[in-house]
Amino acid sequence: MSTVTQTAVQKPPKSGKAQSPADPKRIVIGAVSLVLVGWFIGNGFLALAYYPEWFAFGVPVLDKIIQALLAMVLGIGGAVLFFYCMNVFVQGLPGRLGQFLMPYAWILPGYFTIGLLLLYPTIQTVNYSFANEDSTAYVAPFYKNFQEVLSSDEFIRTIGNNVLWLLIVPATTVVIGLLVAVLADRLAPKGEAVSKSLMFMPMAISFVGASTIWGFIYDYQSGDTQIGLLNAIVTSFGGEAQSWLTIDRFALNSMLLMVIVVWLQVGYAMVLLSTAIKGVPDDTLEAARIDGATEVKIFFQIVIPQMKGTIITVFVTVFIMVMKIFDIVYVMTNGNFKTNVIANLFFQELFVQRNAGKASAIVVILLVAVIPVLIYQVRHFKREESER
Amino acid sequence: MSKADTEYKRSWVSIIVMTVLCIIWLIPTVGLLVTSFRNIDLINSSGWWTGLLGPFTAENYAGVFAKTDMGTSFINSIAVAVPATIIPITLAAFAAYAFTFLEFKGRDFLFVSIVAVMVVPIQVALQPMLDMLGPRGINISGQYLAVWLLHAGFGMPLAIYTLRNYMTTLPRSIIESAKVDGASHFQTFWRLVFPMSTPAIAGFAILQFLWVWNDLLIAMMFLKPQNATVIVSLSSIMGTQGQGWELLTAGAFISMLVPMLIFFSMQRFFVRGMTSGAVKG
Repeated sequence: MSTVTQTAVQKPPKSGKAQSPADPKRIVIGAVSLVLVGWFIGNGFLALAYYPEWFAFGVPVLDKIIQALLAMVLGIGGAVLFFYCMNVFVQGLPGRLGQFLMPYAWILPGYFTIGLLLLYPTIQTVNYSFANEDSTAYVAPFYKNFQEVLSSDEFIRTIGNNVLWLLIVPATTVVIGLLVAVLADRLAPKGEAVSKSLMFMPMAISFVGASTIWGFIYDYQSGDTQIGLLNAIVTSFGGEAQSWLTIDRFALNSMLLMVIVVWLQVGYAMVLLSTAIKGVPDDTLEAARIDGATEVKIFFQIVIPQMKGTIITVFVTVFIMVMKIFDIVYVMTNGNFKTNVIANLFFQELFVQRNAGKASAIVVILLVAVIPVLIYQVRHFKREESER
Repeated sequence: MSKADTEYKRSWVSIIVMTVLCIIWLIPTVGLLVTSFRNIDLINSSGWWTGLLGPFTAENYAGVFAKTDMGTSFINSIAVAVPATIIPITLAAFAAYAFTFLEFKGRDFLFVSIVAVMVVPIQVALQPMLDMLGPRGINISGQYLAVWLLHAGFGMPLAIYTLRNYMTTLPRSIIESAKVDGASHFQTFWRLVFPMSTPAIAGFAILQFLWVWNDLLIAMMFLKPQNATVIVSLSSIMGTQGQGWELLTAGAFISMLVPMLIFFSMQRFFVRGMTSGAVKG
């Protein structure tokens, strides 16, 4: 008994399934049911979109919930059934072929979704960036859209704004997050938990919700009463009330928008950095203290180097988020008063100017800008993987 | 020494600075909350800080439901967010299993490509998707289905990445012994690996749910007005001339209700999801 188990463990593919012959019945049943299940899921979902009245009882609230429930049943049930049929089919194949195809079958639906919704459109966007405003014909010369985009003052200013965002927001978020993580580490456990929870809470708030919250702080009324907190503070110190979001001097209004993002993201930085700080071994700190190093010196020369990896992760994550920042600029200023950013410019080009060609050119430029970050991420991942 | 050791960590500086920081971090939200319960005349004539002790009224909330589509939008948000969270998880879990427990050619390359697409900004995909899902294509734009699909696709790389990273930490011996007992991969996945991955699934689910719930761009582009989510409704209240702070503040709180509830009830999973590599394009 034990010898049998051992051979099975040592070389399962060869001793077990490799010699199993093809099973035509399984192949046929598997293939037919695969097609049927796929057909049923596809048409089920389309029916939800094309004929919502089929699933409606005339009570709007109930109908919407029913649609969502049906989608979940179709989605989960369909996926499980689909994989089950695929399993039957692959197992019916002659041993080695089945073994070979199995993993690909398992990643197929996930990859199909990524291919259909991310890879295909990305390639198509590059394609459209050489085409006219409704993507029906190529422009001549082929770089016309890029030429027009790159030569417009608005685009140059927008790029400048994005660079400013990238210079300020990730670094500020990391520094404040680090400060909070260090300080919270020195509170009593209860205080630490409560204060971290409070600072983390904005992470659950949408950009639009946050814009409402801060719009109220930056509010400006033309009369004497100021209900915005910022103006109330300024006037109480004898200053003049300002219409803050229209002041583009030193990009003040852009910076006020950045404050909102920092407010939202510090919690994320703090949580990750806090975990990293707790991971710094106490004995290295103790040893430094015995050697008479100051707390500041310990922090910069011992703690920081040991959490470098986490600091970079947080920085890169916030960096990527900021590159495509949209919601806040869209709802607060809509890019007016020199606050525009790439993602909003794209949106305006697509829906206001109705020029899909130029809009695509703008995101292609964004895509090119992302490539270095992408390469960095892949390298970082490979390094981490080899350390596993 | 041991007592001093625990005492050492607390310091007055950090207590004072953290208290100040927490207050600064809370003030914006408190301001909005207080305002949403004040009468419109009071809102326009005095700062919210003068009304901290009342009088309060719920009329703004009643007004939001009566004068805007916030009520319908709330249901829409649920109908959009729940399937858009659950569906990608199922597909991702199968793929993650294959990446963790099956050997195959090109596995490393395919997984690295997942890491790469996580960084790609979603704006890159939007215009062709408008074509493909719109009248020029299969014509489902405006319906929930379009948004479910898009969020499933955009969330998929992160879902596979998160689940696979978690599955690599599961004890391999259990999977091996299931194999020896003659379980097929489907059974091993369904009975063992999927249930054991609950913490990672919950972590990802919360992140994805909040992303979909809080999303503006996709909902705005791909949902018809009757199907608009709370975030879209909120942004249109913001853009509407003449509608005052009273509707906006109440609307904002309605849009934050569900995320806040999730945040405070499932913070542990939320943090876990956050820390497991939350890059999303």
